[in-house]
Amino acid sequence: MSPGSGVVVVGAGQAAVQLAESLREAGFTGPVTLVGEEPRPPYQRPPLSKEYLAGKVTPEDLVLRGEWFYADRGVELLVGRRAVHLDRAGRRLTLDDGAVLSYGHLVLATGARPRPLPIPGADLDGVGNLHTLGDAQELRERMESARDVVVIGAGFIGLEFAAACGARGVSPVVLDVAGQVMGRAVSAPVAAHFAERHQRNGTRLLLGRTPVELTGRGGKVGAMRLADGESLPADMVVTGIGVLPNVELAEAAGLETADGIVVDQYLRTADPAVSAIGDCAAFPDPRGVGRIRLESVQNAADQARCLAAALTGTARPYTTLPWFWSYQGDLRLQIAGLSTGHDHTVVRGEPDEGFSVFCFREGSLVAVESVNRAPDHMAARRLLTAGIRVTPDDLSDPGFSLRTQLTRAAAAPARHQPRNRGTPSGTGAA
Amino acid sequence: MPKVTFVQPDGVETVLDLPAGSTVMRGAVAAGVRGVVAECGGNLMCATCHVYTVDGAGDVFAAMTDDEDELLDCTAAPRRDTSRLSCQLGLTEGMDELVVHVPGAQT
Repeated sequence: MSPGSGVVVVGAGQAAVQLAESLREAGFTGPVTLVGEEPRPPYQRPPLSKEYLAGKVTPEDLVLRGEWFYADRGVELLVGRRAVHLDRAGRRLTLDDGAVLSYGHLVLATGARPRPLPIPGADLDGVGNLHTLGDAQELRERMESARDVVVIGAGFIGLEFAAACGARGVSPVVLDVAGQVMGRAVSAPVAAHFAERHQRNGTRLLLGRTPVELTGRGGKVGAMRLADGESLPADMVVTGIGVLPNVELAEAAGLETADGIVVDQYLRTADPAVSAIGDCAAFPDPRGVGRIRLESVQNAADQARCLAAALTGTARPYTTLPWFWSYQGDLRLQIAGLSTGHDHTVVRGEPDEGFSVFCFREGSLVAVESVNRAPDHMAARRLLTAGIRVTPDDLSDPGFSLRTQLTRAAAAPARHQPRNRGTPSGTGAA
Repeated sequence: MPKVTFVQPDGVETVLDLPAGSTVMRGAVAAGVRGVVAECGGNLMCATCHVYTVDGAGDVFAAMTDDEDELLDCTAAPRRDTSRLSCQLGLTEGMDELVVHVPGAQT
């Protein structure tokens, strides 16, 4: 970064705010500017599909940082404005109101948007998705009078929404083309447990079913037709069928994209003055092969911390263990690691009291999914981060304790297992 | 309105007037108090809003649940008898001045 020049961040979500905070903490004194498309100051998204829909929090509770936070740290927050053009050669970013911002380093924290529903009738009134606070406000109002609620997509958002419906006395139908809930994001035992609980709470779950058309009268949705001919009444339809990373600005500026903005293990694009972090960044998987893109608060915040360190002179590769959570009614799911490609699972605990599923790939523990068992999750994060070996045999011993294993490993000499089997692209092997 | 003082390991203090009905964590996060990370947003899922209360002061807050107790065993900084998760420290009208110490590490 050239001296005296500033950092401009496109986006004002979790990653952007964390970056600003971490830059200042690390002593960065240049200008820091966040450009957010939404008209309001940065807010937390995870509660939108949970506490907010359930009526437990207000928009004020969702604010990520108070106004004084930005003022105190000399962070310029431009909201309600969109970046429309990136001139990399001139290091200038143009906004939709004509303003031009010069930068020393540009950070793309553009996030992702809901994948549109690719069937006729998706534009009818009463069909919506859940991405912004505005969306959540609209859904909350509609829920008051809706009779037949249909959720398309049994992923995290769809199921969290279904749980919120249940809390308000509405029994939704949740449909998915896949055969299990939460797709490939969780193991079969966790998926089965959640499916069973949602059904017990009154949700009608239709798996392996394909919607083909939404129909209505007077522009308002009234029914959903399925591929097998069945038609379901629907006066409110919510879609949660994944997201698309916002890569357009990067693409137009000639940067490489592939389900996300392509970055190296230092979160840099091919342009040394441009980085990408958060939901929009496709980065080399430090524990696997190829690139991944993660949609989580943890990933956004940790990538921001990692990039802030690099921009202030202490570059390190991004290798943080991913973790996620979901909250569905009284079910709390916490995932440490990525279970992608697991070939063996061991379950510990009881479904009614809380349990954890340990996912192995080729004999190595790759992820732990905990349901109402937070201590397992915390211990699993430490084990996985430290690369401490746990075998299926260990876990089948009733006397085995994750925490004891951690303590034992801490007492023994460090034995760090190399787990990076991939070939990170980009330059500069650390 | 409860007045909460956050004391950093280096002695730097931040004093905030926080509304009743909120939590120590929400107040700290909204103000950007260093060292209160609160990654899960206050859902008892992460133990990154760990604070040390002043001896005896823990009594003014609601008692610790089993979940909080177990999460506190997994904090990044050492657990002490006065350790609490600040997302569980609800503020009420009757509270006047409170002091919490922020640990040196959360993640």
